[in-house]
Amino acid sequence: MRLTALRGLLLSLVAAAFCLPLVWMLATSLRPTETALQRSLAILPTIRSDADSGELSWFEARYWLTVAATLRDNFAAVWTSPLADFPIYFKNSLYVSLLSAIGMTLSSAIVAFGFSRLRWRGRDGLFRVLLATMMIPFAVLMAPTYLVFKQLGWIGTLVPLWAPCWFGGAFSIFLVRQFYMTIPRELDEAAMLDGCSNWGILWRMIIPLSRPVLTVVALLQFVHSWNDFVGPLIFLNHEETYTLALGLAMFQSSHGGTPWNLVMAADVIVILPVIVVFMLAQRALIEGVASGGLKE
Amino acid sequence: MTDAPRSANAARRARAVERAATLRGLLWIGPWLVGFAVFLLYPIVMSLIYSFTDYSILEPPVYVGLENYRDIMTKDATFGRALRNTLVYAAASIPLCTLLSIALALLLERDTRGARAVRAVVFLPTLVPVSAAAIGWMWLLNGDFGLFNAALSAIGLPRPDWLGNPRWAMTSLVIMSLWTVGGATVIYVAALRDVPTTLYEAAAIDGITRLGRAWHITLPLISPAILFNTVIALIGSLQVFAAPYVMTRGGPDFATYFYTMYVYANAFTYARMGYASALAWIQFLLILMITAAFFASVRRRVHYRV
Repeated sequence: MRLTALRGLLLSLVAAAFCLPLVWMLATSLRPTETALQRSLAILPTIRSDADSGELSWFEARYWLTVAATLRDNFAAVWTSPLADFPIYFKNSLYVSLLSAIGMTLSSAIVAFGFSRLRWRGRDGLFRVLLATMMIPFAVLMAPTYLVFKQLGWIGTLVPLWAPCWFGGAFSIFLVRQFYMTIPRELDEAAMLDGCSNWGILWRMIIPLSRPVLTVVALLQFVHSWNDFVGPLIFLNHEETYTLALGLAMFQSSHGGTPWNLVMAADVIVILPVIVVFMLAQRALIEGVASGGLKE
Repeated sequence: MTDAPRSANAARRARAVERAATLRGLLWIGPWLVGFAVFLLYPIVMSLIYSFTDYSILEPPVYVGLENYRDIMTKDATFGRALRNTLVYAAASIPLCTLLSIALALLLERDTRGARAVRAVVFLPTLVPVSAAAIGWMWLLNGDFGLFNAALSAIGLPRPDWLGNPRWAMTSLVIMSLWTVGGATVIYVAALRDVPTTLYEAAAIDGITRLGRAWHITLPLISPAILFNTVIALIGSLQVFAAPYVMTRGGPDFATYFYTMYVYANAFTYARMGYASALAWIQFLLILMITAAFFASVRRRVHYRV
């Protein structure tokens, strides 16, 4: 009995510790500028009434109306800030992340088929090469990749951020291949006898059966592209092409960080879509990441 | 007597069939092959070639032999500083993250509703965009108004200027890296789940203590996961860049100036592509060597079930 209570306490402590940074960021974005810099540990802002400047309590409707109004003001101030163009960053991030996710899912679905459901010489050797590419540090590629994209005329455009995804990625191909291997081979043979080509087998049978893993690949790629900071930092050079991850950092450094309530409101705008994706598919995402570490 | 030509024919046909199968396989993986050639192989080869040149992008590269490498090794103090910082960061962050993620996995392994929920909470920070996390942590670590110092002064402890003080800046980044152990944690949870309960039961019947079971059963059976997570962490932390770039730009006084920042600065601030490429290749070889040394030292202790 005592052990269960101890576990419960530990679980709550862990949850609180990992939540607190995000909660604190959100809480700061709810503060009016005058009290954004506070030294207390209070999560919710202190609000004084205009009439007698006494503190409003959480049980008064006026308290929450004020908080909601501050929230709206802060987010509106960020969204329309002259120092940054968050609507455009948001559009760019969405565009890049969607195109990346679609390209990665399609190409990985096709390539994984060649790596799992067809038998041919050299297949397993090339698959080992594919796995080895996951070890290549990005720092080695940074300078020469920039030059490749420069030659292609892609520097300063969003293309380098999504186009490579249309050629598959090692981790995604690996995940999809592991899933394909669990689909019984007899299905292919039966379809073959019915006169179905490999292409037909992929689209009519394998892909519909693999919807879970393909969803994980699409979501992970979406989040990965949404979060990417180094790519935009290197390949983009004017503000209209910035993504949120980069635009946020520029917004913060141009502010010097002083109005922390506004900077945190911007932070929340960048983080929120990822949290929404996570809420929708947390189970699939966690299992996808966990399965990467297992077997082989 | 007529068998020989026939079997030769058959062999030729078999070879043709095999060639066709290989061709078809290559066609299927074609997208990846093209991407691999254009976005990985070509840049890697070019980077090696550039590392022997002086290359400012504006003018064509000039061959200088080993000069870049020689300069890095003998004249470049920033290289030494950046390398030392990077090794210190990896040496501090990896063991702490490993211990924390295994401890969390042991706590969260059970399939209860509470454990599942907390698992999600621990995993969530790994999905937060790194620049957003970095800016959020700048605020948490703010010397005057941050959460950390509000908590410290509430219990009467001194309030360090975390990111502004050369002695604390590195510690701050290591603490922050503990926030993103969720990926490793869920991998450990999956590994722990894979340990057959019959082993524990048999050991319990044999009178082996809890600690003994953890040491002799759990640890060997999750050792492949430890290997995997550590290698991932090694590769990641030896090229740490985005978070410190956003938070400190390498400061104060180069206290958090990491290797990849120096590569980045040479390539894109000083336009010294050749020098940057040589630095990147040294980093690549170092990562390979450290990973290989780690593999070699633990190989005998990693237990793969067959």
